[in-house]
Amino acid sequence: MKRETQKALSPYLSGVLTGIVLVLSVWIAGKFAGASTTFARKAGMVMKLFSPERVSSMDYFVKYAPKIDWQWMFLLGLFIGSFVAAITSGSFKLQAMPKMWEKRFGNGRAKRALVAFVGGALALFGARLAGGCPSGHGLSGLTQLSISGFVALVCFFASGIVVARILYRGGKQE
Amino acid sequence: MKLVYGLITGLLFGYFMQRSRVIRYDAQVGAMRLIDMTIVKFMMAAAVTASIGVYLLHDLRLVELSVKSTMIGANVIGGLIFGVGWALLGYCPGTAVGALGEGRWDSIWGILGMILGGGVFAAVFPAIKRTIWQWGAYGKITLADVLHVNHWVLIALFLIGSLLLFRWFERRDL
Repeated sequence: MKRETQKALSPYLSGVLTGIVLVLSVWIAGKFAGASTTFARKAGMVMKLFSPERVSSMDYFVKYAPKIDWQWMFLLGLFIGSFVAAITSGSFKLQAMPKMWEKRFGNGRAKRALVAFVGGALALFGARLAGGCPSGHGLSGLTQLSISGFVALVCFFASGIVVARILYRGGKQE
Repeated sequence: MKLVYGLITGLLFGYFMQRSRVIRYDAQVGAMRLIDMTIVKFMMAAAVTASIGVYLLHDLRLVELSVKSTMIGANVIGGLIFGVGWALLGYCPGTAVGALGEGRWDSIWGILGMILGGGVFAAVFPAIKRTIWQWGAYGKITLADVLHVNHWVLIALFLIGSLLLFRWFERRDL
């Protein structure tokens, strides 16, 4: 299979290194990786602009206050880390849509934007319902051998595989 | 200080993930199409490594686990909804932020969708807490608790299973 692998770090090596970073994070800061709660908190911050009283009375935002916390900083770091790695390895590219998508669905930006937006909304709703995303349930859940992590991760892939198959039906193209 | 640790952890995650190209749409949807297992290699390598480190530190009473509650109904339903959204967007919550860092800005639509999804979830949270979150709720359980075996037995199996899976991937050039 032809794939762009030049200069890419082996996923095994980067996986082991990332695993070590996670261990250090748990040891030093007492924090496991997670990502999806931040988007829910962010929604609280946005809603606060319109109706602060309502936000402060909502159960969910009492439980997860709309504020900047460890996880928010983790995502900021992830953004900067990815940017630095992309610039220094010459792989930074302003790209309006993924290659695989463009090959299958053409270069209509509105179509990509709409599907990505709907996908994002479903993904986050599902993650909050499930109690985590591939970071919290996947990586952190597998690490701790938690039942919730295994169950959620299997389900992430189960429906993901079905939908990806429908989207890219009939094509072996990459 | 917690915030600084979050930033540093995120920086390293973002750097490693970008360098091994697990952040990209093509890699994530490639995994769901079962043609490119890069993200699975990364995640399993990270989780096995972290599992060994975290449980070692836990046995030495240096860290506490943070196991998410098992709620079979929510883990399954939420997990399946997440998978549908993930396949449409092609980024999970963490990698959507990383994708933006490497210039793949179609992830912005996904991030906006996630904020909407988070807001919708917060709005319906009281009803979900009373219903779906109660279905099959077993608390913070791990595989070791359920199977009544020592966690090191499971970690050893996890390690061996991952290595066999990696070998299988490499033989098939996945």
